[in-house]
Amino acid sequence: MRAPTINTSAAFDVSELPPIKFGPHATIWWGVIGLLLIEGTMFAILAATYFYLKQNFTVWPPSGTPNPDLFAGSANMALLIASIWPMRIAHRAGLEERRRAVFVALAICSVIGFVSLALRFFEFRAMHIRWDFNAYGSVVWTMLGMHTAHVISSTLENLLITLLMFAGPVERKHFTDTNANAVYWYFVVLGWLPIYAILYFAPRLL
Amino acid sequence: MTTLAKTGVRDTDLTAAELHAALERVWEPPSGFIGWFKNVFHKPISTRFIFAALGFFALGGVLALLMRLQLAMPENTLLSPDLYNQLFTVHGSTMMFLFAVPVMQAVGLYFVPLMVGTRNLAFPRLNTFGFFVYIIGGVLLWVALFLNIGPDTGWFSYVPLSGPEYSPGKRVDVWAQMITFTELSSLVAAVEIIVTVFKLRAPGMSLNRIPIFVWAQLVTSFMVIFAMPAVMLASAFLAMDRLVDTHFFNPAEGGDALLWQHLFWFFGHPEVYIIFIPATGIVSMLVQTFSRRPIVGYTAIVLSLIATAILGFGLWVHHMFATGLPQLGESFFTAASMLIAIPSGIQIFCWIATLWTGRLLVRTPLLFVAGFIFIFVLGGLTGVMQASVPIDLQVHDTFFVVAHFHYVLIGGAVFPLIGGLYYWFPKMTGRMMSESLGRVNFWIFFIGFNLTFFPMHQLGLAGMPRRVYTYLPQTGWGPLNFVSTIGAFVLSVAVIVFLLNAFVSYRTGALAGENPWGADSLDWSVPSPAPSYNFLYIPTVNSRTPLWTMEPAQPVVTGMRADILEVLVTELHDATPDHRHLLDGPSIWPFLTAVAFGIGVITAIFTAWGVTIGAVLCFITLAGWFWPAGQPIEDTAREAAPPLGERA
Repeated sequence: MRAPTINTSAAFDVSELPPIKFGPHATIWWGVIGLLLIEGTMFAILAATYFYLKQNFTVWPPSGTPNPDLFAGSANMALLIASIWPMRIAHRAGLEERRRAVFVALAICSVIGFVSLALRFFEFRAMHIRWDFNAYGSVVWTMLGMHTAHVISSTLENLLITLLMFAGPVERKHFTDTNANAVYWYFVVLGWLPIYAILYFAPRLL
Repeated sequence: MTTLAKTGVRDTDLTAAELHAALERVWEPPSGFIGWFKNVFHKPISTRFIFAALGFFALGGVLALLMRLQLAMPENTLLSPDLYNQLFTVHGSTMMFLFAVPVMQAVGLYFVPLMVGTRNLAFPRLNTFGFFVYIIGGVLLWVALFLNIGPDTGWFSYVPLSGPEYSPGKRVDVWAQMITFTELSSLVAAVEIIVTVFKLRAPGMSLNRIPIFVWAQLVTSFMVIFAMPAVMLASAFLAMDRLVDTHFFNPAEGGDALLWQHLFWFFGHPEVYIIFIPATGIVSMLVQTFSRRPIVGYTAIVLSLIATAILGFGLWVHHMFATGLPQLGESFFTAASMLIAIPSGIQIFCWIATLWTGRLLVRTPLLFVAGFIFIFVLGGLTGVMQASVPIDLQVHDTFFVVAHFHYVLIGGAVFPLIGGLYYWFPKMTGRMMSESLGRVNFWIFFIGFNLTFFPMHQLGLAGMPRRVYTYLPQTGWGPLNFVSTIGAFVLSVAVIVFLLNAFVSYRTGALAGENPWGADSLDWSVPSPAPSYNFLYIPTVNSRTPLWTMEPAQPVVTGMRADILEVLVTELHDATPDHRHLLDGPSIWPFLTAVAFGIGVITAIFTAWGVTIGAVLCFITLAGWFWPAGQPIEDTAREAAPPLGERA
């Protein structure tokens, strides 16, 4: 066994490598992927719980509870899908390090987030049941609530980055944050698809 | 390609001594009382983690001794039934959630960066946050115990016993929120390890050259990501059932008590492997080093780890054989439970082949490996027995099960862990642990362990149920229980000898030097204890056993900045250099965020407003965490970089 020697003459020079890269090159991107795996597992288990509890009822929703109203949830669905467009602009502008464009696009996304939360208020009412009435009520409130928590946190993150782009000293690394932020928003939007389908259509179709 | 203007101080501008001084300045942890809370460097944070986990291990051990004293003879009145319930619940919860999982992750957080050849974890501040969240959860559980509100429904807290009807008061809520803290901390550590292994490896360390310990940590981290959400969700359901009258587990309103068992064991069985797989990683490193040859069957071992992780998710129902599930389902889980013995068996054969063909260096760590193999095989055998439904029904909820899982967990995890601590102590402190005390330590531990737990097999077969605070003399269980209690005290002597050895060796042990064991992995290429920045130059790797095959002219990486917290990011598969990356430095915000989170979660024990309070506080602290402080650093700052079009 040889003692480790330090040989700087046969060096592996990295001084020319860039100090920032985006997307899957960056560590933060992988961190967000890890977060999404965790959250995705959480939603999958929640959906499994929904169908597990359904087995305990002969009719679903339980008799006396009408099907959930479609309007607020569907409007929210449309709004969230539409929000992908400004978020995409913010995402691209971030990659190109265009501060002003990121600011404008994320400001729009923040507003969309708040509108979505307002619609969410009506969605809870559209379920026609309280969380403490029976297990059906518990699980639909929890599913809606869990997704709402994600809309809240993601909207606040959008708002924070919007403020940073407006007021703060912006460093290049913050554009990796706008990148990660966009990936997270896409998850929140796409995560709504299966939850929307389950909450509003499982009672109608199954 | 235009040349980027060189900014900042590069390692190539400095002599080795100057570079050492420059890196020390940048990577030195903050000092002082406040500085302690701002530290974001992986070695000090992991050291705290290991200390805390061992502290909880000792506390959990004290509870075990109290329980053994109570059971030493029939109709003993040392502990009241109520206190006994709290003790076994807090003992189990402490050992699983506050000791076994965190300590394995802590060893990973300490050694993964050193083994893959980088200077810190991928997200330094997040790591600090995870540590403080864990501490808050642990303190919560133990303060509750001392206030007589310790959880008392067992470490898996089955409903309906733990539901609002049969467990009024706050005991179970304390348990449920302790879960929230520890599992969040565990998830944080898992993401840290995955990203560090994926992106911060030294050039040349392609996926097929990663040390097996690192593979084990990586596989475990993926298991954590898919397992922990189940128990967090389940404990949230439980807390909601208790606090805001949801009906997840209430059969009267369409809820389901078995749902709890499914969710809990979907986490709980992988949990066993989350504890065991890192331990096998330690064993593989020790076997390789002390056999003085590359491990036999590297690929087979790595594939076994992955197979174990996948199969580990298909076993959970074997904890529920006594609940009357459909027979076809039970048969499936029996088959899966037997199947998982195969990858474990492959690993054991690879270790035996390595030891057989190696030039053995018999030192304390290797003794612990031998003890591990002996005890784990016994525990594995009783595991295969219980995979069979008829046997499982017979021994369910008896001391046979208690014997089985202590053989698997102490044999499978604590023996390798202590072996690993003997092995890495010199790297962590710069001094060797005493070899003679180490041997004494091993033999007392080995004898004490078997004396404590072997009789429990027989007690279980003789019908003694677990979790009873006493039993009648006519049962005839007295003598074996007495032996077991003596064993428990022998075992605790072994722990004291270990702590004594660590304490004495820390002050007066022989100086270790860089590589006292002649090991092969990168952690042994740096001075002992490792400097704050880990590597003077980021190393390169040309094999699975880099220090054994190092060329006389093995190149190192140069061109890194020496004046900021910079690490080299490499590509996932081949670890070819990709870019340089500025890590976050010390900050008080991770600590404050952990406190904010803690206030929210603990308040939620008493009122649902805790969620709102916690959310608001966390948003404030996260904003503080995220908001840039001070002047941007040149080179990584936007202003200093040329416009995008001029690059590439």
